[in-house]
Amino acid sequence: MNVKTILMAAVAAVAMADNATAEPVKVGMITTLSGGGASLGIDTRDGFMLAVGMANNPDLEVIIEDDQRKPDVAVQLADKMIQSDKVDVLTGIVWSNLAMAVVPAATAQGKFYLSTNAAPSQLAGKGCNPNYFAVSYQNDNLHEAAGAYAATAGITKAFIMAPNYPAGKDSLAGFKRFYEGDVVGEVYTQLGQTDYAGEIAQIRASGADGVFIFLPGGMGISFVKQYADSGVGLPLIGPAFSFDQSILQAMGDAALGTLNGANWSPDLDNAANAAFVTAFAEKYDRLPSVYASYGYDTANLLLSAMAKASVADAPAFRAALKAADFASVRGKFAFGPANHPIQDLYVREVVKEGDLYTNKIVGTAMTDRGNPYEGECKM
Amino acid sequence: MTAMLLIEQALNGLQYGVMLFLMAAGLTLVFGVMGLINLAHGSLFMVGAFACAAVAGATGSFWLGLAASLAAAAAAGAIVEMTVIRRLYARDHLDQVLATFALILVFSEGTRWAFGSFPLYLDIPAALAGPVTLPGGLEYPLYRLVLIGVGLGVAAGLFWLIGRTRLGIRIRAGEADREMIAALGVDISRLYTIVFALGAALAGLAGALVGALQSVQVGMGEPVLILAFVVIVIGGIGSIKGALVGAILVGMTDTLGRFVLPLALGTVMSRSDAGAIGAALASMLIYILMAVVLVLRPGGLYGRA
Repeated sequence: MNVKTILMAAVAAVAMADNATAEPVKVGMITTLSGGGASLGIDTRDGFMLAVGMANNPDLEVIIEDDQRKPDVAVQLADKMIQSDKVDVLTGIVWSNLAMAVVPAATAQGKFYLSTNAAPSQLAGKGCNPNYFAVSYQNDNLHEAAGAYAATAGITKAFIMAPNYPAGKDSLAGFKRFYEGDVVGEVYTQLGQTDYAGEIAQIRASGADGVFIFLPGGMGISFVKQYADSGVGLPLIGPAFSFDQSILQAMGDAALGTLNGANWSPDLDNAANAAFVTAFAEKYDRLPSVYASYGYDTANLLLSAMAKASVADAPAFRAALKAADFASVRGKFAFGPANHPIQDLYVREVVKEGDLYTNKIVGTAMTDRGNPYEGECKM
Repeated sequence: MTAMLLIEQALNGLQYGVMLFLMAAGLTLVFGVMGLINLAHGSLFMVGAFACAAVAGATGSFWLGLAASLAAAAAAGAIVEMTVIRRLYARDHLDQVLATFALILVFSEGTRWAFGSFPLYLDIPAALAGPVTLPGGLEYPLYRLVLIGVGLGVAAGLFWLIGRTRLGIRIRAGEADREMIAALGVDISRLYTIVFALGAALAGLAGALVGALQSVQVGMGEPVLILAFVVIVIGGIGSIKGALVGAILVGMTDTLGRFVLPLALGTVMSRSDAGAIGAALASMLIYILMAVVLVLRPGGLYGRA
């Protein structure tokens, strides 16, 4: 064998490596796995890993870490994942204040960030980035759905309430954008607040005929139980987060009949969703939440991009992500100009099926709703 | 209408305060008698809530759950005292903080392992559900009234226990001079176990009672723990009376602040901004209260300076 054949063999080997095995993709998932918001992060992780397991793609490696719902911990984890684990893609953050702490720095370092949940207005408008994709929604969307539907549900004088953090402000802004009635009270609560006696007294005194709440996780459980016991009895409406699968069982009968705006529901009628709900229930022995559905969609979006382009070729990978060529459990799914989804928004009602509390779609609030801040995005 | 709302908010503040007292009483007893900083006190609150939710879920009776919460928290307290805390009395506060912080992690992960990460269901007992109409036409949840009664009852019981019983004499003597009381033939380590278990049972009771109102989940104890520390610092460390006054002060300040500040700011700015700024200011109020008390009385309201 002379030098020439060795060289040719080497070139062929390199060429083959390039074609046969795609560039492996390393994903860093930062999500809340302990403390008060743990059920949200666990559903995100389980939904994501369900899709990863079903695809069984050896080129996809996922590292999962717990942010404890603390922005400083999330920032440390992101630094570690980027610098020592050398991840290509970050994902998984549930809370908007944590997303604000992590996403701008990660995208500035050329990493991709795929949001499974938090999509604050700051990152949807002026702070948009070509490497940042919100798979879930823009924060305002589910609140807009509730607002658009509230008048239909007979709420003409609304008392509205959310925690005092970025997503809480987006929430109330979103509700008011398409709400046709009057707002008679507007209250910001503390993040993680557990006692709502003071707010319930204000609702009673406000003369409202309906209450909009955005209280995700344990906050929603506390409020709904205390509200049911207070005897105020006005109809409740909120985004899906306030009445989600992960917390409904702990709310019990107190949640029955409440309405919530959502972009996904376990009973949404499409083949991808039916397969997802069945597989999730089989693997984890519980019904999936919206968070699980976002995790599942995010993993499938990533897998679809990996099939089309190498992550080392950032522009091609970006285009592959943007094409959103995957079967979303929401049925219809496309990215708008600022990398936020354009999708239908529904209103769900909490019902009891056998022993299980769950959500059923009762109406469509908006069709092909996109990102309200995309006009401010220049990229 | 506004006067009624104010009265309702004052009742809310009182109810919040007496529940904080149940937490703070155990914390201040343990610190006063044993000189121990127990960060794991919030975990005992969580143990009480989980025991109540688990037993109430299995038997359908809130009252059995309540009994279970007292038993579980007292037992957890006694076991922790005998296995871990006992080794820490002679150490400095930093070692105590480290060891009891480790206990928080052990309790949280243990609870997660046993019950999972999803919140548990625990509801108000049917007999106490719903609102009652108070004189003057104010509708107020019966359960919260009962909580106020239970909290004040426990406070009265504690004052009686500390002031009028032999155990109380020993507790006070242990606070004043632990070598002397040991020399007089009192089994000091048994006394410490009893005090610790008593504090734990109070925290467990608070956990079960509050658990019916809120979400029973891992990590529910830590926010309450921070407030309980604020309470005993305001009241004076080691003083039951201080804990009661401090708890009601904190409860009232927090509840009324969250109600009044946004309203007051609403007169000078838009309702939306007033809500956001008022809420942010209100969340600082109890810490401002603490700072003011410490400036005026560095030992707390009823503490030894």
